This record gives sequence, C-alpha cells and structure tokens, in this order.
Amino acid sequence: MNWLKTIAVMTLVVGLGGGVAVGKDAKKIVVDGSTTVGPIAKAFAEYYMGKNPDVNITVSESGSGNGAKSLINATCDVATMSRPMKNSEIKAAQDAGVLPIEHIVAMDGIVIVVHPSNPVANLTIEQIRDIYTGRIKSWKELGGPDQPIVMISRDTNSGTYETFETLVMNREKLSDRVEYVGSNGAIRQRVMSTEGAVGYVGLAFTEGVKALTVNDIEATPQTVTDKTYPIARPLYMYTNGRPKQGTSLSGFVGLAGTPEGKKIVEATGFVPVK
Amino acid sequence: MAVKAEAIGDDRRAVPSLLLSHRARRRQRIAAGLGSGALFAVTSLSLFAVLFIFYFIARDALPFFKLEGVREFFASTRWYPSAEKPEFGALAMFVGSGLVTLGAIVVAVPLGISAAVCLSDVIPFSLRQWVKPVIEVLAAIPSVAYGFFALVVFAPLLQQRGGHLLAATVWIVGLPVAALGIVVLSDIATDRLDDKRRSAARWAIMAFLGAGALAGLVIAGKALGALHIASGTNALNVSIILGIMALPTVVSVSEDALQAVGRELREGSYALGATRAETIVKTVLPAASSGILAAIILGIMRAIGETMVVWMASGNAAQIPHPIVNFLEPVRTLTATIAGDMGEADQVTGSARYHVLFAMALCLLAFSFLCNFVSEWIIRRARKKVGG
Repeated sequence: MNWLKTIAVMTLVVGLGGGVAVGKDAKKIVVDGSTTVGPIAKAFAEYYMGKNPDVNITVSESGSGNGAKSLINATCDVATMSRPMKNSEIKAAQDAGVLPIEHIVAMDGIVIVVHPSNPVANLTIEQIRDIYTGRIKSWKELGGPDQPIVMISRDTNSGTYETFETLVMNREKLSDRVEYVGSNGAIRQRVMSTEGAVGYVGLAFTEGVKALTVNDIEATPQTVTDKTYPIARPLYMYTNGRPKQGTSLSGFVGLAGTPEGKKIVEATGFVPVK
Repeated sequence: MAVKAEAIGDDRRAVPSLLLSHRARRRQRIAAGLGSGALFAVTSLSLFAVLFIFYFIARDALPFFKLEGVREFFASTRWYPSAEKPEFGALAMFVGSGLVTLGAIVVAVPLGISAAVCLSDVIPFSLRQWVKPVIEVLAAIPSVAYGFFALVVFAPLLQQRGGHLLAATVWIVGLPVAALGIVVLSDIATDRLDDKRRSAARWAIMAFLGAGALAGLVIAGKALGALHIASGTNALNVSIILGIMALPTVVSVSEDALQAVGRELREGSYALGATRAETIVKTVLPAASSGILAAIILGIMRAIGETMVVWMASGNAAQIPHPIVNFLEPVRTLTATIAGDMGEADQVTGSARYHVLFAMALCLLAFSFLCNFVSEWIIRRARKKVGG
C-alpha cells in the first residue's frame, strides 16, 4: 500500500509540472511519512492552503521510515514521523548533506483495541507483551471467552510498530503467529470485524472498536500529556535545516504552536503540545 | 543485367526505364537496412530491459548472501529483520508463497478448464462470443480492488460463516462429481452382464455407492460446518481470490488451445460413433493437453507474482502453518514481504535488511523465468506435434 501511495504522489507531483521543489522558496511543500501523523499534516495543509492560496501542499503517507528516506533523498520538504529519527538515519542524512531538524507537533497514545463484544476491559503491559509473544493464547486466560487470540500488528515499517516494540515489547520478539497490516485504519478494520482480535492503534483510530485501559489507566488527552498513560509518544515533523522565518515552510511547521494549530490537532484526535 | 538494361533503354528512349538505377537501388537498400535496424533496436530494448532487471536485482541480492550466508535464508523460519540481532529466515515465506499458489491452482484449474471446454465445445458460438469477453473482464479489475474485497467483505464472512461456507462448497462440488462418478462406475461394473440382469445390477450398485457417497458428504459437511475460523485473513481467503484472478488467464489460454484442435479431429471422432463427451474427453482434451499445461503454468505465474491481494488479505504472519496444509492459518508470501518491508529497509547504508528483499526478488524472478521457459518449451513441442 505504501509504494502505491508513493507512486500516486510522485505522479501527482510530476503531473503538477514542477518536478520536486525542495528547499527553495517553497511555494510548494511536499510532506511524506507516517500514517499516524498523516491526518494532522493533511488538516494543517488544508488550513494553511485556505489561508495562503498561493501555497500548494501535498501530503502522502508511506510510513515513518519512508518519510525519513524521502527527506534524506530530498524528495520531500517535511518528513512526518511517529518516532524520533534513528542515529543511522541522521548519519545517512548528514552524509547526503541534509540536516534534519525535529519539530514536535502533537502527543499520541497507542491504544490497545479489541472487538466490541470482548468482555476484557484492562490489560497490564506484561499481559500485552505475553499476548504478542504468544505466551497467552486464549482470551480465557485473561477472563474472557474461550477463544483464540488473533494478534494484529502494524508492519515493521511503521513508527507505531517501533514505538510499540520499545514501550511494550521491551525488545522481546513478537510471535510468528502475529498478523501484520499496513495502516492504522486496516488494524481498526480487522479488529472491528474479528471477534478474537487484539490490535494497537493511534489515539485517533478507536472508533468502532473497544479501547482497553492499560495498567488501569485510560488513554485520554490528559493521561497522554502527563505521561501517566504508559504507551504515549510525541509525533514529529522533520525539516532540512531550521526553516527561515516568514517562509511558508516555517509557517506550516510552526502551526502546531499556534492556537488554531492546537485546535486542529485536537480535532484530529491527538493531544496538542503545550 | 546492366547490359540488358542499357539495351532496353536504347530501344525506347522516350519511356523511362522500369528498372531502378544503381543509385536508387542503393538508396533503397540503405533505407531497408535502417528500417529493420531500427525495429531490431526497439525489439532488443525490451530484451535489454529484462537483462538490466536481472542484473540490478542480482547485484543487490548477492551482498545479502555474502553478509548472511545462504543457509539461514533458505532453512530458517525466524524472520526478525528489525531486531537488534536481525534474523532473516525466509523459509516461511517460501512455504507461504507455495501454499497460496497451490490453493489458487486448485481453485482456478478445474474451474478454468471446465469453462474453456464449455466455451469451445458445448455452448453455441454466438453465445461464446458474449461470454468470453465477460470472463476476461476479471483480468481487468485492479488487484487492489480484489484485495479490498478480500479484506473487507470476504475475511469477515469467513469468520462468521466460514464453516457453513466450506460445508456448502463440499456439497456443491461433491454432489455432481459423486453423481457422475457413480453413473460411470456402475456402468463399467455391469458392462459384461447381459441385458436382463444388467439394469437391476446397475441400480443396486448405484444405490449402494450413492448411499456411501451421501453418508461421506453428510459427515464431511457436518465436520466442516462446526469449524470456527478465528482469522479470516488466511491462506484460504487469498487462495480463492488469487484463483479467481488467475481464472481469465487459464480460461483464455486453454480455450485457445482447444480451438486450435482442428475440426477434422472432432469430425473424425464423431464419425467413429463417439458421443460428444467421449470426443471431448478422449480426443480434444488430449490433443490440447500441451496448451492447457501452458495455461496452468501461466496461471501459476499470475498467482505467485501477485502482491497487493496477499499483502492485504493473507495475514502476513511469518509462520509455517501447523500442519503445513492448514489453509485456515495466516501466511506470509515473498511478494508481500518485499512490498511491506521496502520502506524501512535502509537503502542508504545498504544493510542486510535491504539486500534480503532483493534476494527474495531474485528467487521470484528465477522461478518465473523457469516457468516461462517450461511453458515456452511445452508450446513449442505442441506446435511440432500438431505440425508433424
């Protein structure tokens, strides 16, 4: 799905007749990266283009890793990422003459979701880990019905996966029975239609599925901001160098700090930065 | 030649010579050379494209085998490319690709060949002209649409009614096959009896076999009906969808092969007193067998190379099902792994995680080349047989 999107965006960019404009006067801003940050970037783009009709912003969602890659290859101006850039990526960027600058645009909690009919309401971090390593096989062991657990994960390409791997799995390996899908929406779709399923999604993707509390704490904007919710993370936009004051790129990335930007972040289901 | 031309020219000075001058002939030869040269260049362009693809994939695949060796890749099922100590066992993906391809062939081949026989030998020609394009429309539907259907419609359906669906399939497939088998068997068994006893014996055998088959179907249907499918994105789901996607290829190519069997053969068979069924089974199908085999191989290639549907609907769990033929478990294929892991694979630093995907691509490419050569060889052999 990722490469399809990338191709679609590439065609669009080429079709607009400009090739890829990077780092220049940036009347055109190309955004690529995380599917989690995608909704924020799209809402920002819509708002910003409404205010500045001469600016053209394209947003594509191909995963955090792809976003970083696009920034390094200079095929995008803004890389949206749901995890911080890895050292290897920063090094590769520097080798390519790109200086990645981090902007935190919002906070996100990773919510553990199950089918609405599932009676289980709370899991501890250890239980979630045991489910995904395959040590817990049936919902019966967690006080639910006698039904095999269908574990669903984001693909290893996504920032959500890496955050989950770091904050929940403690670098333990996932069972080989875990199913992988390509987007938050696909996880929700699978969990919504599968009785025994468990999955993890961003805070904005819990519609139609049952969100569990983790260590008895519900994922709310409050608990995510003050970090009492155990699986919370910041969301990033990366630019090549600090954007110059007054350029449209700086205006776009800086939206997160403005009152309108915070409202947009809230409306997309995430938690604005303070 | 030149002398003769001059002689004619001398005779009829007023009329221009019909023969081309030396210069014009040379011009024409050069133009012809240029034209065929250009065409040759264009043709070899596609040949070079294939060679280039092979070269570039092999160039990026070989470093993987140098870095990680061959054994783990082909023998281990542990696929943890993103771990700190990455493991690149691709055996589960090879098995997954093989399983869904096998499943697709089980779906597409009986359906496809029956449809091809029906199109070429059973229904009237005017109707065939309508039906064949409709079947070929299946090939025009984008694979992402198939994938979406598999994920959003078919997977939940399998989870809710999977057992009943399987039971219904067993009945729908089993009943006609059993009926046909029983009629033929009882006929063969009573072949040597005289007319009086034959009818009674046939009925007795038919009743006996029929009761057995019915009992078998009831037991199988009950067992399958009680089955609960935990996850609808599994090998079965993908096999059925891939089978449908391979169907137009199988139908189209095998129907062409059946059409290529000449009218003479069919008429000869009828003239010897064969029925239509006997003509199809004993004359037309054997004569077209090479073409049908080629159709099956093309169907296999269609199924094994498909990416979007398997990425969306196979579950992508890097495991070998227990037992290995358990189609109700999620599997992961080579193509889906390449598509899904491409983003994170670090192209800039050239890690093993990047090269392993090319190693998979190389295996896929090698397999399709093999299939292509085999089908080419079969078709050539068939032409020779028909020609000689």
